Amino acid sequence: MTVTKYTEDHEYIRVEGDVGVVGISDYAQGQLGDVVFVELPDPGAEYAQGDEAAVVESVKAASEVYAPVGGEVTEANDALAESPGLVNSDPTGEGWFFKLRIADPKDLDQLMSAEDYKDYVKDLD
Amino acid sequence: MGDQPPEPTPETRRQSPVAALHAELGAKMVPFAGYDMPVQYATGIVAEHLHARSRAALFDVSHMGQIALRGADAASALETLVPGDIRDLAPGGLRYSLLTDETGGILDDLMVTNEDDHLFLVVNAARKHDDLAHLAQALGAQCAVEPMFSRALLALQGPEAAAVLSRHAPDCLGLGFMTGRSMLVAGFPCLVSRSGYTGEDGFEISVSAEDAETLARRLLAEPEVAPAGLGARDSLRLEAGLCLYGHDIDRTTTPVEAGLAWTIAKRRRAEGGFPGADRILAQLRDGPARRRVGVRPEGRVIAREGSEILDSQGRPLGRVTSGTFGPTADGPIAMGYVRTDGAAPAAGTEIQVLVRGKARPARVAALPFVAHRYYRG
Repeated sequence: MTVTKYTEDHEYIRVEGDVGVVGISDYAQGQLGDVVFVELPDPGAEYAQGDEAAVVESVKAASEVYAPVGGEVTEANDALAESPGLVNSDPTGEGWFFKLRIADPKDLDQLMSAEDYKDYVKDLD
Repeated sequence: MGDQPPEPTPETRRQSPVAALHAELGAKMVPFAGYDMPVQYATGIVAEHLHARSRAALFDVSHMGQIALRGADAASALETLVPGDIRDLAPGGLRYSLLTDETGGILDDLMVTNEDDHLFLVVNAARKHDDLAHLAQALGAQCAVEPMFSRALLALQGPEAAAVLSRHAPDCLGLGFMTGRSMLVAGFPCLVSRSGYTGEDGFEISVSAEDAETLARRLLAEPEVAPAGLGARDSLRLEAGLCLYGHDIDRTTTPVEAGLAWTIAKRRRAEGGFPGADRILAQLRDGPARRRVGVRPEGRVIAREGSEILDSQGRPLGRVTSGTFGPTADGPIAMGYVRTDGAAPAAGTEIQVLVRGKARPARVAALPFVAHRYYRG
């Protein structure tokens, strides 16, 4: 059973055992518009919760993507190099950014549930 | 860069005459030069951009400033403020020119049309009130300076623009590139010019505020036409190598540094008589210390405005003034200023751009990034 949690900066992390799959929410991709480039971390990179881990570029602007929890990057989504548009078309599926071995599961407690995030986004519009 | 006034609060921002249409089309509105303007519609910037390159896109640029100069001496008067040849501009002719200051810096760039009984000027939105004051103060004794800031301006751009517009204004097919005249479009009196800011064939249509929405709807009803916002306008003009005021040109840059010396007519070079002529003519003679160039980063990283430009050894050369992803160029593109050391670096020269603290390989690129396809008859 997987759980997905969200940050106030619109990253999601889907928890699969001790690994988290990180990307940006559907709301975030809609705000960014056409994604044309994603700069991803290298496997082995270690981040604390809230560290800048990736950059997503739309035609309009570059936006930082922060590590939702601390941990070590185990894999980056190389498909985004060829097809950055996956972030728009399938943000929580094939448009994931990187996987992270979660250093401390307690970090997850500070994130929003899917339901809370839905309310959070509703208030932004 | 420092030339834009702070954005007014939402309550005081001006609305385009076609604002209701933008809302209906699902536009994402942004504050721009005191107006709420559409940055993109539902399909997004890339689709809008590609549509302008393949078919025809309709832009609302009503925030831009339209000004008439009336009087027998209007052309001679305007020549005291710009280095372009206005006196010899044939009736119906358009000219791109620059308002310069006493140091040779650029106060604004503008389009001038000889409407026979008056000159018709289109200036930048963020500069229009300053331009008007400047024109009125310097030329008011020689000609009438009439703002027409409430008029709308629509741009129909793309390879199918002429076919579309001709259904509503058959006379538009008689216009050559950089010419314009009054004609009825869908029955509405308009000033139509064959010009634009995309590098494509197309038209700019000046129309009264009250007729603008109906006209825009008629054009959008044509199967070839899709609306496009300021986002696509920016990526299109950058691919076309065209300057954006306040970014690529401003009071700190001269026409020669900006690569716009072609706008300085031969007669004006000989005679001078425009603001900053001493400095500008000296730069024409000796070469400028820096020059606007195209920049093509390798890979996909976008070097945006403000990114430092370095030579291949890592020594500072200058800065990026515009940078984005070019949907037609299919990669990152930029323009910026570099030191010349006698001569501007040739296209292909290896340089670097500093993005997020990392120097990344790039090359000096010939402009435009995407070949112009203006109507040449």
